[in-house]
Amino acid sequence: MEPLVKHTGRVAALDRVNVDTDQIIPKQFLKRIERTGYGPFAFFDWRYFEDGTTLNPAFELNDDRYAGATILVTGRNFGCGSSREHAAWALKEYGFIAIIAPSFADIFANNAVENGMLTVVLPPADVAELTQRAQNIDDYQITVDLANTIVQDNHGFATSFAVDATVQHRLLNGLDAVGLTLQQVDAITAFEAKRPNWLTVF
Amino acid sequence: MAGKTLFEKVWESHLVHEDPGGPALLYVDLHLVHEVTSAQAFEGLRLSGRSVRQPALTVATVDHNVPTTGRSETIADDISRRQIETMEQNAAEFGLTFYGYRSPNQGIVHVIGPELGYTQPGKVIVCGDSHTSTHGAFGAFALGIGTSEVEHVLATQCLIQKKPKTMEVRVDGVLPQGVTAKDIILGIIGHIGVDGGVGHVIEYTGEAIRSLSMEGRMTVCNMSIEGGARAGMIAPDEKTFAYLKDRKYAPQGSDWEAALAHWRTLTTDADAEYDSVVKIDAASLAPHVTWGTNPGQVVPVTGRVPSPAEMLTSDEQAATERALTYMGLEGGTPIQDIAVDRVFLGSCTNARLEDLRAAAGVVRGRQVHPDVHAMVVPGSTLLKQKAESEGLNEVFQAAGFEWREAGCSMCLGMNPDILAPGERCASTSNRNFEGRQGKGGRTHLVSPQMAAAAAIAGRFVDVREW
Ligand code: SF4
Repeated sequence: MEPLVKHTGRVAALDRVNVDTDQIIPKQFLKRIERTGYGPFAFFDWRYFEDGTTLNPAFELNDDRYAGATILVTGRNFGCGSSREHAAWALKEYGFIAIIAPSFADIFANNAVENGMLTVVLPPADVAELTQRAQNIDDYQITVDLANTIVQDNHGFATSFAVDATVQHRLLNGLDAVGLTLQQVDAITAFEAKRPNWLTVF
Repeated sequence: MAGKTLFEKVWESHLVHEDPGGPALLYVDLHLVHEVTSAQAFEGLRLSGRSVRQPALTVATVDHNVPTTGRSETIADDISRRQIETMEQNAAEFGLTFYGYRSPNQGIVHVIGPELGYTQPGKVIVCGDSHTSTHGAFGAFALGIGTSEVEHVLATQCLIQKKPKTMEVRVDGVLPQGVTAKDIILGIIGHIGVDGGVGHVIEYTGEAIRSLSMEGRMTVCNMSIEGGARAGMIAPDEKTFAYLKDRKYAPQGSDWEAALAHWRTLTTDADAEYDSVVKIDAASLAPHVTWGTNPGQVVPVTGRVPSPAEMLTSDEQAATERALTYMGLEGGTPIQDIAVDRVFLGSCTNARLEDLRAAAGVVRGRQVHPDVHAMVVPGSTLLKQKAESEGLNEVFQAAGFEWREAGCSMCLGMNPDILAPGERCASTSNRNFEGRQGKGGRTHLVSPQMAAAAAIAGRFVDVREW
């Protein structure tokens, strides 16, 4: 996993609440057994017309001004619904490195971290402000500084955000969770020795 | 010292390691695996040269992608077949218990876990599937995880988890006639909203919850995730123990006695405190029908589709407008004026034996409306056989329902069972998201009885007057 310390990039706004993972990556793409190749299918049913190839101009992210955006600003409860990690894979491949919203669904937030993608929770008023700016300022860019937990732009916006210390450590150093946990293998073995037999007999 | 909640007891007894202020490392007692979210995890193990730490605690099946028309045929869709075969190969390579496409124990992962007795009180249970919350009905801490976490659990038998907050949802009083577990949970989600439970584990308490069967409790816990919760739990009691007694993989003999002694301690202490409490009066509940594109967009069957103007915030107004456009509905339309094209009786929410019996009771001796295409997809192969031995298949088929093989089917439409664009469906499943049952398909979530009645009437009707 690539470390993520500080990132500056173009912002795209998707001003909708409760965006669910069925929309982020529809089920027909979950039949694949690969971990990559989902980017072209992100938001498939919103992004394209019926033919599956013509871009639908009514979908916010198809706005030319958002081309190459790496930061997504969106509404509360982003990523709700299914646990499919394909949603995180699709957004990462689409190009997003950080997502800012008033809240995230729990499983989605965990999946994002596992893929080196940062979810930043900001108060609704700040998210509304960033959304406005993304919609109204050409090539609107912000900087997400994970080391110092600050989000800022060149137009006078700056705020700090909260991040779980362990998540911050993992993202800053690009650490793989399995490797970290296996450092606790003695504790796991000791725990297993104490489990009653009836929990394992089958 | 203050007492402990059920959740805290289960949490604390599974702590392998905890950094102060950091997330905990929790031991996992049961890891359920299915074909859609596991292939990349097994591939990850292969790439890093790791094995499955506890194959004996890992149980796999195929459910999401399987056709429901006949088990003798090979699977026509090449990509689906490859995914199902990959699950089979991974289970064999890593030495896991596997219930394959033609196994008599095959079924929706959240139906077969309890049915075979793997699901037990006090366990930590995970699966790469958000409806793992179902198993909380037994007093387990059961939660959905992503594929990277599946790989983590396979390799370490542990889950990294930040301690959630606790929420009590107390449903007091007696449930009126015709109102079901599905209506309780739809009512709860309508009340707290689809993100009301984010960051929390919900414990369902109160007389109306205690009076539910295990099947009903599973229906309630199943949809905890639809309220945004990390998990849902119900304290085990005599009903729980009676359900598990003599199940194939439940503890037997002296192990049973030892397990029972432990399970009896799994209740919330009288002086324990939850981070938040929500109270609902069961007597005030009616059969519910969703009108929109998330499960919180729901009203009683006697109600009307709301208009955007009735919503309190501009966010909700915009969301309502989008939902009504997608659903092809006008604000103000009475729910009972909405006609349906399809009826789906299935899914891990409502395709257990009790659900099929209740729906059969509604359709017995009646005919499916000529404009409606209705199908029943039992939750597991085992319960399908039980239903057949009771003659339920004949009741449904005589009424004009299709009777299918077990699987997720039209709950998410990964197999050929999907809605055509614009088709409207009364569904006993758990998600009415845009395109969930097929691109452009319109889903209304209801109880099995309400779905059965809609199939006969061709529109939504109040099953209490049936
Ligand atoms: S029945 Fe539906 S909700 Fe349940 S596991 Fe299958 S796809 Fe998921």
